[in-house]
Amino acid sequence: MMRFLAMGGYAAYVWPCYALTAFVVGLNILWARRLLRSAQREARRRVSALKTASAL
Amino acid sequence: MAWVWFHKFGSPPHFYRLATRLTPWFAWPALMLCLYGLIGGLGFAPPDYQQGDGFRIIYVHAPAAWLSLMVYVVMATSAAVGLIWRMNVAHAVAASCAVIGASFTALALLTGMIWGRPMWGTYWEWDPRLTSELLLLFLYLGYMGLRNAIDDLSRADRASAVLAIVGVVNVPIIHYSVIWWNSLHQAPSVMKFGRPTMPASMLLPLLAMLAGFTLYFVALLLTRTRAEVLRRERNARWIVQALAKG
Repeated sequence: MMRFLAMGGYAAYVWPCYALTAFVVGLNILWARRLLRSAQREARRRVSALKTASAL
Repeated sequence: MAWVWFHKFGSPPHFYRLATRLTPWFAWPALMLCLYGLIGGLGFAPPDYQQGDGFRIIYVHAPAAWLSLMVYVVMATSAAVGLIWRMNVAHAVAASCAVIGASFTALALLTGMIWGRPMWGTYWEWDPRLTSELLLLFLYLGYMGLRNAIDDLSRADRASAVLAIVGVVNVPIIHYSVIWWNSLHQAPSVMKFGRPTMPASMLLPLLAMLAGFTLYFVALLLTRTRAEVLRRERNARWIVQALAKG
């Protein structure tokens, strides 16, 4: 296990690359989901506003 | 007619429904491929005869660099489709590409710099490959800045589409830079003709990572484009039905 983590002496280069990649991959998932949720929320709000307006 | 699918694809409600349904079909295989690629690349591939275990950076660096180029081509192509056929959904796709592309270009540059430190003895060199990839990052940022600067949506679509299409000349320059000029960067190891020079236990995890990142990008793009389409079609009747289904 320690030998695996040491990456043949390149641990200081290999693991930061993997950490950065995990960060960017995860961040993109969070961004996309948040964007979709806020667009859906906004659309719902508009739809219900339209309904109230047409009921009046 | 053969063009029916094209027009159907351009219809926002149809696109929205299709994208909702398709996303998991890209996301789950992407996860599987990346898991296989990570286990194979970190655990089972033999160390490189020159770079030892340092070469394992390739399993994240190459997919990031691949995405940086592929996303740009997708962005420029859909921008061109939007411009030529005045297709709103195509503009929405192009606009959704930029953030993803910029983040993976930055990732490719950063992982490349970290890799360069032990292998080349320097983080950065004004080398053709590195410089043209940096230019790609600026193209993405310029595209995003241009869109943000124009309030009118259809003008923002058209102006940014022209920028995206002009910038596509940079893509072959990046790809061939290591062949045309003397570069520190190694020549392509996967996309070339003839026999691969890597053993299968090194190559297969890499191909899995490349495929996995590609599918992951499609899932991201579908999700982002759904949001973009919702925002654009603010007053359309179909949205009421689409939202009811979640």
